[in-house]
Amino acid sequence: MLDQFFFYIFASVILLGGLLTITRRSAVHSAIFLIATLLGIAGLFLHLQAEFLAGVQVILYVGGIMVLFLFVIMLVNLDQAARQRQFNRQWWLALLAAAAVCGEALYGLYRGRGAFTFPGAVPGNMPPNTQAVGNALYQNYMLPFEVASIMLLVAMVGAVVMAKKRL
Amino acid sequence: MTVPISWYLILSAVLFVMGVAGFLFKRNIITIFMSIELMLNAVNLSFVAFSYVLRQLSGQVFVFFVMVVAAAEAAVGLAIIIVVFRNRESLNVDDIELMKF
Repeated sequence: MLDQFFFYIFASVILLGGLLTITRRSAVHSAIFLIATLLGIAGLFLHLQAEFLAGVQVILYVGGIMVLFLFVIMLVNLDQAARQRQFNRQWWLALLAAAAVCGEALYGLYRGRGAFTFPGAVPGNMPPNTQAVGNALYQNYMLPFEVASIMLLVAMVGAVVMAKKRL
Repeated sequence: MTVPISWYLILSAVLFVMGVAGFLFKRNIITIFMSIELMLNAVNLSFVAFSYVLRQLSGQVFVFFVMVVAAAEAAVGLAIIIVVFRNRESLNVDDIELMKF
């Protein structure tokens, strides 16, 4: 009962935030509503006993990526863009394509509805989350972890090189 | 688990479609980028839901890597946006047409 209540709360925050993100005129407003959506998703992660990911979601997305977005919005001048038309000329075609994707996904879910009960799933709680994720990252996923760190370094250097006026 | 996994999957699908719609019909390149983040988060949500139902950690580890890639993508993409704005004084994707057919 309480589970469903919190699911509805978070789901409505997520959907409302997403809808306002893609329809607001000002990019700053879009960013604020996207932050609301990301926080709602962090709440659902907590609900699904993924505490580590909920923390990472708040720290990395809300605290890192969205701050980066707001900095870039501050650096570029969006005043004239906010006064122009927001949607491009083929918006009806875009809506048609999005509706097609939505219908496809929901139809797939509807057809596969019998497969959503997992006989192998054990009831009960997940193992203590942060410790388990740490063990998995440093034992089974050692190589991807290192590759990801290299990729972050490359992305950081690349971003600096591109955004700098003169090297 | 009183909330069935299909609810999470439907929520994830609807959020993904919102990202697709925003990506397709907005003209401001920064908002298009935010739509991409919406899509990535929708996929993360379904990963974590499956991870919870199957009691397996692999989904959560994968979500961790998706977040790392999203961070790298945001850094590089926003740098590209700054360069484009410096050269063309516009963030409208209709104006950036050098490679258009």
